[in-house]
Amino acid sequence: MSDAGSGGWAEHGIHEHLAHIPHARALGVVLVEYRDGHCVVRVPYSEHLVGDPDTGVIHGGVITAVLDNASGMAVPRQDLAPEQRAIATLDLRIDYMRPAEPHKDLMVTAECYQLTRSVAFVRARAWQADDEKLIASSVATFMLGANRAVPPGFNNLEGAK
Amino acid sequence: MKLLRELRAEGKGQDMAALLERIPYARFLGLEVDRKGNELTTVLPFAEHLIGNVALPALHGGTIGAFLEFTAVIQLLFDTESERLPKTVDISIDYLRSGRPVTTYGRAIITKHGRRVANVRAEAWQEDRSRLIATAHGHFLLTPVDE
Repeated sequence: MSDAGSGGWAEHGIHEHLAHIPHARALGVVLVEYRDGHCVVRVPYSEHLVGDPDTGVIHGGVITAVLDNASGMAVPRQDLAPEQRAIATLDLRIDYMRPAEPHKDLMVTAECYQLTRSVAFVRARAWQADDEKLIASSVATFMLGANRAVPPGFNNLEGAK
Repeated sequence: MKLLRELRAEGKGQDMAALLERIPYARFLGLEVDRKGNELTTVLPFAEHLIGNVALPALHGGTIGAFLEFTAVIQLLFDTESERLPKTVDISIDYLRSGRPVTTYGRAIITKHGRRVANVRAEAWQEDRSRLIATAHGHFLLTPVDE
């Protein structure tokens, strides 16, 4: 797998990709780190993400959405044929270890640990800025080549290597 | 929890629409609930910011996951008096079809309701109830009112 960690095609592509996901934009997802098969994102704490108005803690659904998003971005696209780059989540299982603390950014790291011809296996962890304790972890599987629509940012990776 | 206590005091203990109005993230999603007798259906009208794939277009997987989680929690709150919002212990989501840019509906069934933990199944569909777009099952930690 090629590593395009700093300023390569892949990084450019993933930024373009993220910018074209309306729900990620609405949640405020920011890409912190990226290489093919691995990514770290941050979601700044924001009032509209609150699930419990008494405590100000963000809703579990936000964590679900960000784990799903980061896991999808961690599916390595560089070595895939263009028609394989459109992915669809098959399943996502999330374990919640502890409630998030209010007023802290949400961080998610995702890593694709196995890739077959048609399925990608990804695990992800959620924690909060300046605190290493896990708040949630997930495993997800993604179907590769799920449809013909090549996602924005992944349409011209040729020549990247 | 203040929120649930307030709603009960106002006689809105089972008014899930009133609850959703007070949860910022539910307002952000645009989540609604439709009640017919003792049957609840969660409703997620389509909105641009719920999209995950603009090329298709399709709803974001996270949107659907969050919707199913809400569907399960709302059913639990409707069925049981609870001191706090149920805490998700785990949730497992199966994505069956891509979510099209139309209204999504959800229903949940409590498979097993223990004293501290409930096991809940939820499903989501769009125009055709027999063509589910996603299902979920999860465990939720409960805080009964008398504790």
